[in-house]
Amino acid sequence: MSLTFTLDGKTVPFTEGQTILQAASAAGVFIPHLCYHPEFKPHGSCKLCTVKVNGRQTASCTMRAAPGMDVESETEEINAERRALTQMLFVEGNHFCPSCEKSGNCQLQATAYHLGMMSPHFDHFFPNRAVDASHPDVLLDFNRCILCSLCVRASRDVDGKNVFALSGRGIKTHLIVNAKSGRLADTDFALTDKAAQVCPVGVILQKRKGFAVPIGERKYDQAPISETVTEGK
Amino acid sequence: MSEKKKLRVATTSLAGCFGCHMSLLDIDERLFTLLEHIDFDRSPLTDIKTVSPGTDIGIIEGGLCNAENVHVLREFRQNCRILIAMGACAVNGGLPAQRNHLPLTTILEEVYHTSPGLANGMIPNDPELPLPLNKVHPIHEVVKVDYFIPGCPPSGDAIWKVLTDLLAGREPELGHGLMHYD
Repeated sequence: MSLTFTLDGKTVPFTEGQTILQAASAAGVFIPHLCYHPEFKPHGSCKLCTVKVNGRQTASCTMRAAPGMDVESETEEINAERRALTQMLFVEGNHFCPSCEKSGNCQLQATAYHLGMMSPHFDHFFPNRAVDASHPDVLLDFNRCILCSLCVRASRDVDGKNVFALSGRGIKTHLIVNAKSGRLADTDFALTDKAAQVCPVGVILQKRKGFAVPIGERKYDQAPISETVTEGK
Repeated sequence: MSEKKKLRVATTSLAGCFGCHMSLLDIDERLFTLLEHIDFDRSPLTDIKTVSPGTDIGIIEGGLCNAENVHVLREFRQNCRILIAMGACAVNGGLPAQRNHLPLTTILEEVYHTSPGLANGMIPNDPELPLPLNKVHPIHEVVKVDYFIPGCPPSGDAIWKVLTDLLAGREPELGHGLMHYD
């Protein structure tokens, strides 16, 4: 017998061990997410993928699918909460899209578009975060970090280098570089690392490659994120 | 139909670059259609200097970088039924807010005292000059804003969409392609 659950009234098949988010993606149904990446173990921290399972909220990236589950995702209530989370991410950092090389390819920006985020709503923190331009090939702009930990996971689990870490707690949580000096140049980080490829926002950027693709012709200019993110892409 | 009262619209640019106003003009010949439905009150397009009480829609470009910006914004809020933030600077501070991580004194010192080529540089202190704010703020941090049009600048099409939605009594919505933060 095939295993299924319902997602917004539609029947979605899944295999044993799959999470709700994995099964939805495989079925071509988009659930917004930022810290989840199909190649990595779920982190469950951004909460954008929150859904209601049998009436209770849970992160769909960490919740395993079970037969007969009744899952709600695209509801006004849940999307309003996702929008508020996204607005908080925008005001906590310095997200100035017009000067960001990632604009148009940025998952945070595309998710905000998807959720119809017309304003940041909250008061801006305007934090003071230094950039790290020490590495010959890569620029780190911490102003845009959303603490998804994908670079941490990629560097530790794929590259075996452990270059990045999240330090501090609560609102003071921030991304650090594991070197005595704290500088990227003093690590064995390389442009070919998996960690250099996974940042969903504009923190980890290749130097001397700015605006190779013009604004207006980038990934999420072509199609909204809901049509581009499916399993394995 | 033609007897319908025209809406009164005021616009201004605070800490902005007038790029959003240029984008407003980019609706091109649709301006004629727009003018069948609205009259411009205070605006750089009319050169009227104060906002008439009972204005229907106020459109604000730019954020707040000095005391005069705050004064003008409050005048708009007081006299406009609906207030719209137009463009990145009004929505989130934009380019001028990129100074926010620097102390204002440091900026003024550098611009007027320590930059190369300044002879006897002095920080301007004429009482007519509005005092700069310590930080640049988006306008929703000071007054209630009813609608937002993101973009740097928003395209003429995006501005047109929001204005026509409002004129038709619909909740403004920008779909894929019109919604842009850059």
